Amino acid sequence: MFGRLGVMLMKEFIELKRDRWAMFRLIVPLLVQLFAFGYAATFTVTRVSTVILDLDQSQASRALISHFTATGIFDIVDVATDQRQITRDLNQGTATLAIVIHARFAANLANGKEAPLQVIVDGTNSNTALIALGYVSQIVALFQEDEAAHLLPASAGASAAPGTLTLSLQYQPWFNAGLSDRWFFIPGIIGTLILVQIVGLTAFAVVREREVGTLEQILVSPISSFEFILGKTVPFFLIGLADVALISIVGILWFGVPFVGNPFLMLLGSSLFLLSVLGLGLLLSTFSQTQQQAFALNFFLLNPFFILSGFAFPIAAMPRILQWFTYLNPLRYFLVVIRALFLKGVGFWTLFPDFAAMFLLGTGALAISMMRFSKSLD
Amino acid sequence: MAEAIAIGNLTRRFGPLVAVNGVSFTVAPGEIFGLVGPDGAGKTTIMRMLAGVLSPHAGTILLDGIDVVAAPERAKPHLSYMPQRFGLYEDLTVAENIRFYAELFGVPRKERIARGAELLEAAALGPFRRRLAGNLSGGMKQKLGLICALIHTPRVLLLDEPTTGVDPVSRREFWAILYDLREQGVTILLSTAYMDEAERCTRLALLHAGEIRSCDTPQRLKQAMPGALLAVPAADPRAVRAALGGVPGVLGLLLMGDRVHVRVDDAARAAPLLAARLAGPNIAHGEIARVEPGIEDVFVALVGDATKAEAA
Repeated sequence: MFGRLGVMLMKEFIELKRDRWAMFRLIVPLLVQLFAFGYAATFTVTRVSTVILDLDQSQASRALISHFTATGIFDIVDVATDQRQITRDLNQGTATLAIVIHARFAANLANGKEAPLQVIVDGTNSNTALIALGYVSQIVALFQEDEAAHLLPASAGASAAPGTLTLSLQYQPWFNAGLSDRWFFIPGIIGTLILVQIVGLTAFAVVREREVGTLEQILVSPISSFEFILGKTVPFFLIGLADVALISIVGILWFGVPFVGNPFLMLLGSSLFLLSVLGLGLLLSTFSQTQQQAFALNFFLLNPFFILSGFAFPIAAMPRILQWFTYLNPLRYFLVVIRALFLKGVGFWTLFPDFAAMFLLGTGALAISMMRFSKSLD
Repeated sequence: MAEAIAIGNLTRRFGPLVAVNGVSFTVAPGEIFGLVGPDGAGKTTIMRMLAGVLSPHAGTILLDGIDVVAAPERAKPHLSYMPQRFGLYEDLTVAENIRFYAELFGVPRKERIARGAELLEAAALGPFRRRLAGNLSGGMKQKLGLICALIHTPRVLLLDEPTTGVDPVSRREFWAILYDLREQGVTILLSTAYMDEAERCTRLALLHAGEIRSCDTPQRLKQAMPGALLAVPAADPRAVRAALGGVPGVLGLLLMGDRVHVRVDDAARAAPLLAARLAGPNIAHGEIARVEPGIEDVFVALVGDATKAEAA
């Protein structure tokens, strides 16, 4: 005698083994998405197409322009001869940034007056625009420093304003010294992909039994809801763990994201996350009679889970009501755990609240599913 | 506890629709009891309530003395329910499906192997043990479903339209298995829309719109049919049926392939009247003869003109 749970598991694994596409479906989309996200999900602005209009045509204006080109970030795509050309470039998207050096720039600079410099930025993508403007102000500041160095000795160097204090801020980012946003994104992608895959797999697997009619057959057998649900979820739990391991290893080896935490905490965190994700999938299945319904529900839920997780948008910046919703989102907690384990290497007690939250969400969802999955067709 | 199945005043609604309305019957051990009726009569609903997967709104169900309404889980090990479409795992082989259902019911390994072989033999599925269930024909699937349903040796077997869409050979094998089971004392409750299959049952309940119209052995149901039955063979039976509508003494008309069954109050008096009516418009027909009613005739006689019109 093999036991009812045992035979459920055996059946699941045979079905999985016979499903020729299973391995493909389980692994390939994960890797493709990991690579797509890994390369595409970035906030870094490495190239700003720029148009320049130099109305001053002076040594100073040329020096300023060379400051821009020297960075390698500002790609001068056009040198304009009048304002209309700038408007056209920005409208057509040829350039994201326009720098206009007005007449009398050099003269005013030399006289210590306001030197007219105009920067126009395409604000369509506000994020890129802000970052580009940040670069611009850094370069202008650098230019001013250099100019001052040139000019001051000429004016005998004596008149250094008394009491002028130059502050120099030194940044020292922790955990991600290079402030690489890939380091930030890759661990998040792992959590997100697992959520999408396992919720879908679990929900579809249960609903499929309902559709094919095997569920009705199982209902009339003496198997308990608990045994059935365990039999349905254990395989996906194992698949989920294997997936976490696979994409973590690719993230570490291919994308060079460091993993400084404790692997056992990672195992614990992943297990708790999978518990909550499986619970979610089961809950979804109890609300769906057909795979189409499950698909629609899945589609409806996953985007909010993704957005309200802190994957890309900081939870602290969300309106209070949406922040409350994030407490129901297992991904929220797992992202904290996985980022902390990859980059910070914190210990168990630091992550305890997140572990506890995932455990409660998981057991809660499973309990509700089990109650809803009472052995009847009513 | 003489009865294998005893249901009393069973009622189930789906929203405003009363699917099963105050149904009562008993089935003795070893009977093959048939629920006969058109789609929507309430056959499947009764089956599901008996199987303990649908709760009734009123009424009692006793299976071998076990109260199914109160304790469905207690009854489950003793019964087997085979829905219209048995839930086979198509990615599993014949043998694996049998094993799965055996383990679900906790059948010991030895018994599983012995009984499995016996059932496979009876169903002529032995050579297909290693074939995936998804690759079986419709009849073979249905027989495999029956094997899976029987592997734990249930005392009560519930079959919901088990031979719908099954080829005649498989159907005969299927019934051979049922007769064997009956010999072994298994009580069988089956629903069917096939009238010839209904005739094979020991007793029948004729079900219409959620209510039992009549319940007896096929023989007595036929004897109890009011009136007598005349068969009118004809090249154009529809024309015959249309012509015989208003003839005095005609209680009902039923199209049966190449003939019309005419239910009349008195066969001797009505036969000449029918011939005369058909002679008028010169409708060609064969000899009008008295015939024994089938279950279908009984059913239509009981249920009345409403379904007769639909059936046509």
